[in-house]
Amino acid sequence: MIDALGPPPPSPPRKGEGSRASLPLVSKPDFEMARAHTIAAAVLDPEIPVLTLEDLGVLRGVERKDGRIVVKLTPTYTGCPATLAIHLAVEAALAEAGLPEARVETVLSPAWSTDQITEDGRRKLKEFGIAPPNRASGPRALFGEETVACPKCGSNHTACISEFGSTACKALWQCKACAEPFDYFKCI
Amino acid sequence: MSLFPFVLGLADDALILGHRLSEWSGKAPMLEEDIALSNLALDLIGQARLYYQYAGEIEGKGRSEDDLAYLRDEYAYTNLLLVEQQNGDFAATMVRQLLYSAFMLPYLQAMQQSRDTRLAEIAAKAVKEMAYHVRHASEWVIRLGDGTEESHQRVQTALDDLWMYTGEMFHVSDDERALVAQGVAADRAAIKPAWDSTINRVLREATLQRPKDGWMQTGGRTREHTEHLGRLLAEMQVVHRAHPGVTW
Repeated sequence: MIDALGPPPPSPPRKGEGSRASLPLVSKPDFEMARAHTIAAAVLDPEIPVLTLEDLGVLRGVERKDGRIVVKLTPTYTGCPATLAIHLAVEAALAEAGLPEARVETVLSPAWSTDQITEDGRRKLKEFGIAPPNRASGPRALFGEETVACPKCGSNHTACISEFGSTACKALWQCKACAEPFDYFKCI
Repeated sequence: MSLFPFVLGLADDALILGHRLSEWSGKAPMLEEDIALSNLALDLIGQARLYYQYAGEIEGKGRSEDDLAYLRDEYAYTNLLLVEQQNGDFAATMVRQLLYSAFMLPYLQAMQQSRDTRLAEIAAKAVKEMAYHVRHASEWVIRLGDGTEESHQRVQTALDDLWMYTGEMFHVSDDERALVAQGVAADRAAIKPAWDSTINRVLREATLQRPKDGWMQTGGRTREHTEHLGRLLAEMQVVHRAHPGVTW
């Protein structure tokens, strides 16, 4: 419901846009694998549809196992209901691109952290009205006092309303300067 | 001790407490708290799934996470008695959450060093979520304890009622001790000082009395449960059992 207050999502980026830099290095050209990586990287997060999986930092590589392409993804939160939706979306996108045999595999380690959201991802979050997570996540940051800038007016005069928001990854904050309530992508 | 019952115990703790918290969905005292409790439930159920999947693989009999969660009876569950206790009022729910999460945070920190790679990986994910649980529960216990006369009374009563279930968290069975010696399981008993420190700090700020460590009720790990677990399972499992193998 909080998502519904945000601006409408922009049209999805063209496949592969902005993800060329992360093409995996392969000893001998495996164009199918490189293509699978590009396609998976461009799939959008169903909960925050401005972020690609690459922006979110959950794509942990593509490899071949017994001849079959395997896309490795890591979950954000253990109970995040979007995890399954993301897996299905990646397999669907790969099938649509002519790679119906490709499969998604979950990797847990190293555990995902909000530090893995890319610079591009942080900018997109802010433009979407979600304050990007603070840096240096970890137990110390988790328990420290946080300063979060309002994504609308930029003021640091903000307060946490609730540490748990519309999805597992967000907290509910409010700006004391412009009075706007907003989501904060909380640091883990 | 084989690894299976150990992992199953961790899974059962997370699932049963996660289910208990989900009972608040739609009827918490306010909207923000409704969302918070549902989020805490989601974290725990997510952790339970990781443990059940692993337990099923270890057992090697083809049981899935759903089989383990929905098709075992009360006397096959090995969760701690603390987590199956009824929600009671909001104060009781928050006290139970504090007692459990203040244990689990340092326990998971220790489990990150497990020689069992999978358990170490699960711990590394869960520990980040658990840090939020401790903070949330602590803030509420402090607010209620140092609040009105009534809120203080309610949270103190919950603390007194639940205290006898805390001893079980630190009990290391002979079987589990073997896993501790192998570096697979963290030593529960060694978590006590960290737990004491968190609990004492929160209770002091909440102006609450720490109950005396008297007789402690145990039994969950040996499948002897309080009357509440059977009812919880009946509700949790009814749909799956009425429609075996159903998917959606």
